[in-house]
Amino acid sequence: MVLSAAATLDDIEEYLDRHAHKGLLRFITCGSVDDGKSSLIGRLLHESKMIFEDQLATLEDDSRRVGTRGAELDYALVVDGLAAEREQGITIDVAYRFFSTDKRKFIVADTPGHEQYTRNMVTGASTADLAVILIDARKGVLTQTRRHSYVVSLLGIRHVVLAVNKMDLVDYAQDVFADIERDYREFARRIDLEAITCIPVSAVAGDNVVARSERMPWYRGPALLEHLESVPLADESAGRAFRMPVQWVNRPNADFRGFAGLIASGSIRSGDAVRVLPSGRSSTVARILLGDAEIPEAVAAQSVTLTLTDEIDVSRGDVLCAAGAPPGVANQFEATIIWMHDEALLQGRTYLLKIGAKTVNATVAPIKYRVNVNTLEHLAAKKLELNDIGVCGIELSSPVVFEPYDDSRVLGGFILIDRFTNNTVGAGLLHFALRRSQNVHWQALDVNKRARAQLSHQKPCILWFTGLSGAGKSTIANLVEKQLHADGRHTYLLDGDNVRHGLNKDLGFTDEDRVENIRRVAEVACLMVDAGLIVMVSFISPFRSERRMARNLVETDEFIEVFVDTSLAAAEARDVKGLYKKARRGELKNFTGIDSPYEAPETPEIHLDTALLAPEAAASQVIAHLREAGIIDAFTGGAGLTWEI
Amino acid sequence: MARLDHLQRLEAESIHILREVVAECEKPVMLYSIGKDSSVMLRLALKAFAPAKPPFPLLQIATGWDFREMLEFRDATAARHGLELLVHTNEEGVRAGVKPWSHGTAYADLMLTQALRQALDQYGFDAAFGGGRRDEEKSRAKERIFSFRSAQHRWDPKNQRPELWQLYNTRKNPGESIRVFPLSNWTELDVWQYIHVHNVPIVPLYLAKPRPVVRRGGRLLMVDDDRLPLGPEDRIETLSVRFRTLGCYPLTGADESTADTLPLVIREMLLARSSERQGRMVDHDGAASMERKKQEGYF
Repeated sequence: MVLSAAATLDDIEEYLDRHAHKGLLRFITCGSVDDGKSSLIGRLLHESKMIFEDQLATLEDDSRRVGTRGAELDYALVVDGLAAEREQGITIDVAYRFFSTDKRKFIVADTPGHEQYTRNMVTGASTADLAVILIDARKGVLTQTRRHSYVVSLLGIRHVVLAVNKMDLVDYAQDVFADIERDYREFARRIDLEAITCIPVSAVAGDNVVARSERMPWYRGPALLEHLESVPLADESAGRAFRMPVQWVNRPNADFRGFAGLIASGSIRSGDAVRVLPSGRSSTVARILLGDAEIPEAVAAQSVTLTLTDEIDVSRGDVLCAAGAPPGVANQFEATIIWMHDEALLQGRTYLLKIGAKTVNATVAPIKYRVNVNTLEHLAAKKLELNDIGVCGIELSSPVVFEPYDDSRVLGGFILIDRFTNNTVGAGLLHFALRRSQNVHWQALDVNKRARAQLSHQKPCILWFTGLSGAGKSTIANLVEKQLHADGRHTYLLDGDNVRHGLNKDLGFTDEDRVENIRRVAEVACLMVDAGLIVMVSFISPFRSERRMARNLVETDEFIEVFVDTSLAAAEARDVKGLYKKARRGELKNFTGIDSPYEAPETPEIHLDTALLAPEAAASQVIAHLREAGIIDAFTGGAGLTWEI
Repeated sequence: MARLDHLQRLEAESIHILREVVAECEKPVMLYSIGKDSSVMLRLALKAFAPAKPPFPLLQIATGWDFREMLEFRDATAARHGLELLVHTNEEGVRAGVKPWSHGTAYADLMLTQALRQALDQYGFDAAFGGGRRDEEKSRAKERIFSFRSAQHRWDPKNQRPELWQLYNTRKNPGESIRVFPLSNWTELDVWQYIHVHNVPIVPLYLAKPRPVVRRGGRLLMVDDDRLPLGPEDRIETLSVRFRTLGCYPLTGADESTADTLPLVIREMLLARSSERQGRMVDHDGAASMERKKQEGYF
């Protein structure tokens, strides 16, 4: 990065030419709090002349005011950029820093050490080629060292540097370093971390960071920067088949139809045969465009636009692949999930899953086990809490093109998104497709929902009654069904209490069981809609997320949410079944409204305020809505007597 | 084929980001500040969607104190590529007579931050590309590529979504919008290098040339036209100067320089020992000031 002040114009051109063709290494620094990650990066930036004079002035000023190193420069302050971080002296979020040497360019992600910010560490690690794991020589291997090493191994980072830091504080003792190296290699072997380079350093004193230190003559390996400059770079195109998720279809006019995307692996030349998945159609590459320039060949990590010789159907989310070596397509997988949100992952709950350029619904079930990252034990679990890592089954609403994560970060890595808050709540790595998805086929049937419904002169739908226990859901649903039945409609009432006596008698009242309870009822209701029935579901169904899941199982106009709105005080005063009294006495756990939340619908199709409406009036309002919505005929019930013959 | 070099990788990553927004967002816009980063960002957008035009307009926040050469360059650029150009000015600020030299921080807030918020709200854009880079400043170094803003345009740095691999979650809650930074991983040198290699047009103000300037508080301010009030003590000199960074002319200091070609500019940059934004007064009050501005909706 150093250029002499006497450099001539020719020198500049040569310098630029050299700089333009450098390779890029992305790495992270991780490890426990106070192991000196930020100090190490500050040292690298300083020594590679990446800290400018005005930043140095700010740093000197900050070091005096809030630094933790007395009169010396506190390099950590260069990277801890958020006000909250500087105040607390900790790293909350990942910071990206840039430096370059004569040999290479580097992007370094400084990741937080606190367990609560693991998700930010994962963010930094997901794009890294190498991980520098720091250890405080005085403390040795800690829980966070193991957690971060485990994440590094999971995410498939090929190169690991164990930097045993603060060697100055242990008198540069060889045996301290050797003990830590032995401990770490023992743990690393158990998590399949292979290529590990151990380096004794002092970030603060500068030993073995940029240059080899004379204070540790017993160490014969490279200094950290030397190693970073020489570690081999990944080549995603070498030896791997071509894959490109289609990100965007470019159709400026009738004459041009191009498929834009970032090549995930392999390379492609015009004239190559390709297959489109999941459809399986084949074609040949006509042209490859980089911007508006046509190029003969494109390789992994390039963003290009391809045109094909045939007019075939290709849309966003499809994957273009080498015709002779297509990847798999499936909708059931085993995957490792890293949970990154305060609200736990519940077995059976549905999330959005984004993989490549495709987003689908995904249900996690079953959670096979959770990993104790310290002992590597497998623990039984029905949910994954913040920062838990677990191995799970996962089922998608439609098939996706995939490769195992170990083979492809692009086709094997996914994120989970909460459908209600839109937060990114989990990250996942696909391992393999479950055989079941290849063997269980959807049976196409000739008699369909429409045919069945026509026979009974009604539009099938779900009337989903939700509300507190004792709100009057079942009373109202019962009145509605009586009326519909009297009019000759085909109906069924799924009642919470009744279903729990049979289909769901194995479920309790924890959050996970409530999710599964609703999932089963929703699926049964969905089958009944398919059978042409008007289905009434009378369940407390306290969580918005599950009601939304139920809604998404059927067509838009087939789901009618009926909010039976009663204040907790009124329901408790009524207490027909005496359940509130029991819950108040602590004899009933997880009782909705008492020690388990009820999330009221925000925009129900029907809102019944039981403080204003008697059950009969409420039922009439529901029937009126069904007429208006065209679910039942407005003029007559009566077994279709007036229908044209 | 040879392994990709770092500029090719950066280009591919940026194009991927631009396309992802167009594929998933309803109404994107590109914040076009006319500077060198915007020039590179626009070039990448032209490449991402070719042979189609970028399917979004350019938006420039004009303060009324923009360098004339920048406005000419802006109009010529939009015309050359046939792109829709929206220009927004905070008219309330203009009516209130807010001046850059007399209103300090309030000026930047009203004429840049508030103006940007007004424009985004007025047109209902749900995603806005900005040319920000992580190497510019400490709080930017922490920001995600897809950075969410509340309905009040606030950034919550302590609660950013995880952002893994190249998988961007673009789902917004009602009222939220996204600021997207395709150049997040570029450095100042990368930007110059790209301009050099790909002949990207830039505003001539980046290159040295004799220009009329006055000295104010250790800075050289260019006398762009007669809007800059001159006192009796002001002496207009003609010096060979250029700009490392471009903002409003009364707030942007010029550097004395003879670097009148791109390689010479890059040479100067490599030898420079002070960071880019020092020339801009806007960013200069207190260590956490950029973070605070960003929280309030500054890009």
